[in-house]
Amino acid sequence: MSDFFLQIDGKKVAAKPGMTLLEAAQTAGITIPTLCHHEQLEPYGACRICTVELEAQGRTGYVAACTHPAEADQVVRTRSEQLDRIRRVLLEQMLSHAPDSEELLELAGEYGADPGRYEKEASFCILCGLCVRYCAEVKQKHAVGFFDRGAKREINFIPEIAVKECWDCKECFPLCPTSALQAAYVLIESLMAPPQAESCGGCSGHG
Amino acid sequence: MARIKSVADLEKLRTEILARRESERPSITLCSGSACHATGCGPVAAAIEQELKKQGLGDKVDFRRTGCHGFCEQGPIAVIQPEGICYLRVKPEDVPEIVSETIVNGKRVERLLYADPATSEKIAREAEIPFYRHQQRLILGQNREIDPKSLEDYLAVGGFQALSRALFELTPEQVVDEVKRANLRGRGGAGFPTGVKWEFTRRAPGELKYVVVNCDEGDPGAYMDRSLMEGNPYAVIEGLMIGAYAIGASEGYVYVRQEYPLAVSNLEAALAKLEKYGLLGKKILGSGFDFTVRVHRGAGAFICGEETSLIKSLEGLPGEPKPRPPFPAVRGLWNRPTNINNVETWANIPLIINRGAEFFNSIGTEGSKGTKIFSLVGKVNNTGLVEVAMGATLRDIIYKIGGGIPGGKKFKAVQTGGPSGGCIPESLLDTAVDFDELTRAGAMMGSGGMIVMDEDTCLVDLARYFLGFLSDESCGKCTPCREGIRQMLRILTDITRGQGQEDDLERLQELAETTRYASLCALGKTAPNPVLSTLNHFREEYEAHIREKRCPALACRELIAYHIDPEKCRACGACLRQCPAEAIDGGKKRIHVIDQDRCTRCGACLEACPEAFGAVSKLSGQPVPEPLPEEKRCIG
Repeated sequence: MSDFFLQIDGKKVAAKPGMTLLEAAQTAGITIPTLCHHEQLEPYGACRICTVELEAQGRTGYVAACTHPAEADQVVRTRSEQLDRIRRVLLEQMLSHAPDSEELLELAGEYGADPGRYEKEASFCILCGLCVRYCAEVKQKHAVGFFDRGAKREINFIPEIAVKECWDCKECFPLCPTSALQAAYVLIESLMAPPQAESCGGCSGHG
Repeated sequence: MARIKSVADLEKLRTEILARRESERPSITLCSGSACHATGCGPVAAAIEQELKKQGLGDKVDFRRTGCHGFCEQGPIAVIQPEGICYLRVKPEDVPEIVSETIVNGKRVERLLYADPATSEKIAREAEIPFYRHQQRLILGQNREIDPKSLEDYLAVGGFQALSRALFELTPEQVVDEVKRANLRGRGGAGFPTGVKWEFTRRAPGELKYVVVNCDEGDPGAYMDRSLMEGNPYAVIEGLMIGAYAIGASEGYVYVRQEYPLAVSNLEAALAKLEKYGLLGKKILGSGFDFTVRVHRGAGAFICGEETSLIKSLEGLPGEPKPRPPFPAVRGLWNRPTNINNVETWANIPLIINRGAEFFNSIGTEGSKGTKIFSLVGKVNNTGLVEVAMGATLRDIIYKIGGGIPGGKKFKAVQTGGPSGGCIPESLLDTAVDFDELTRAGAMMGSGGMIVMDEDTCLVDLARYFLGFLSDESCGKCTPCREGIRQMLRILTDITRGQGQEDDLERLQELAETTRYASLCALGKTAPNPVLSTLNHFREEYEAHIREKRCPALACRELIAYHIDPEKCRACGACLRQCPAEAIDGGKKRIHVIDQDRCTRCGACLEACPEAFGAVSKLSGQPVPEPLPEEKRCIG
């Protein structure tokens, strides 16, 4: 299929069908910040730091560049006062969980984010899901997953799988944008407390 | 009954059913929706059956248990036909009298009739009760004529006429066109034009397509979809079948909450019956249309009402939204073109096909056609399900149908659109219910929840409640929704506890903005509404909490104190006996005093103090007067 053109930051950019806005921007050398994006993985759209302004069919809105398909005649802006504000707030929210992450602090500098704006609640995890998705999509082991939902959402290794798979792999550690040490800690913690079927009072009480 | 293989079979059966029903024959209809179950329709039904038998009327009087009639406040509701006499709050012991007086002697049982609260005048006929008189119950009205487990009842009110018209008189394109011309907008909340959505799925490439009923209603206080599915599952399925024919789908799914057991069981019973009679399966009514329906019981996550999450859940995956595009119309369930509509949307389809787009267009406003069902709850006299033509004003719904605010209290706000809707103040009560008007007022149609609040509701606390719900129900996938709601909730909680900071409103504003613009799905995009609408219309309440540590509605527990006025206290001991914290000191002829440190601010003392004394009051934002010195506490 043939290429088409869209406009990003005032620049005419050629793109191919199937490309996302992020990919189109990257081919033109335009940088859009990302945290949960990884070239080897399916687009996910969770951290929303890549939010851009999109003008299409007479409407202007905000979309995640990493998941939104590029189409002919779109007009995209990757920086604006509003976008900078959105990214600043997102960074401040993530910094409350991972206050020492170098990657986050670097972006905080660029967007004027105050790492102390929201109370620290150091879980060290911004739930970008790179580890979860890498383990599922590339390694196909599913040794790490998301648990619970909403504000209680967290990642954890699944001990039964992790005990067999993780020691020789640990490929997810360096992917972590906040702290590889945290991944190690969560891994070890989950292996320290294997499920004890015998001690489960509820269901095995009669057995 | 034999299998129905053609339109002729269907019409013959309908004629037989109608012939069997002598119109003059008396009947008792008992509302057996979920609300009436809760108020005891079960024993009433047993009493009616027993009494009819006892009085030898078993074969002379029809008795029917139906879905929700809507007037839930006054249930259980019994309607006696042919006169249409409506009895409210019926108890089993009332039944012998109803049967012998009304059925046999044609007299009314006065005490069971509706009494106008203003004039005490009794109103006998259902149609004349103000609650019903100001409604236009095109969709919900069928509920009271149908036993949801009886296909005969549905055929008797014209069921499946729309389907046979669609299959034999219209091409699929003409059906889509009819729905487009009717200007039906999706009743699930977003209000997207239904015909246009159908056309997207119809035009999407692919042999296998799906149609889905979204019955994952999760808004606190809302039960429109539940009541339709419980009361008239056939209408929903007929709408689904017409949609499937128009779109070119041969498989349908109904996604229904497992917490709606009556809806699940009535739906399953209806589907089993339709399969048995050949109205589902191959060559329906002898046409070339094949269609099957499966039921999926959802586990009750609010996010699963969002269509991309619903699809994931149907596929057996965690219910998390997916970015759109691609839209479900192109890549939905198992990557095939899928059309999802909410229960009420589907239930509107037979009406549109039977009565035509012009009829549908004649009801409603410029931008919103037809009727809308609301669940009217909260501080309003007549709570229940209400169906009005689009364009009715909020004031009419709350005052004419809802009967106003109970206890002589003042109206404060109405929250429409579910947890992510908005609060509308008194100054905007003349807003018409219309998708666009409600949005302009800072609220939204949503699926039709309508919560009325009086002067005792603190709107900061209300926003906190909804944000708490959304924080639990967000899937947690994207940052602005998960973290934005969490931080907004934290700030709101601090404010209601008297720990608000000067810059809280600014932080709320920027969090709300980011959550709205940057979230992945509609849950996040609309989650700031409770905050923004209350900030917009009731900003002074926020400021009072933050600056004066005062809750103007006297509702936030940590900002109020109870005080006994020494001038008014008669030392009766009523409050002292009720206080669970033993915080009240007093005795015979000794003026009572509340120990503020021990007081848990439960309000039991205020309730216990006899009205004639009125000695206990609530204070907020002002110091509690010092207790009287011991020597001055003696009275009489």
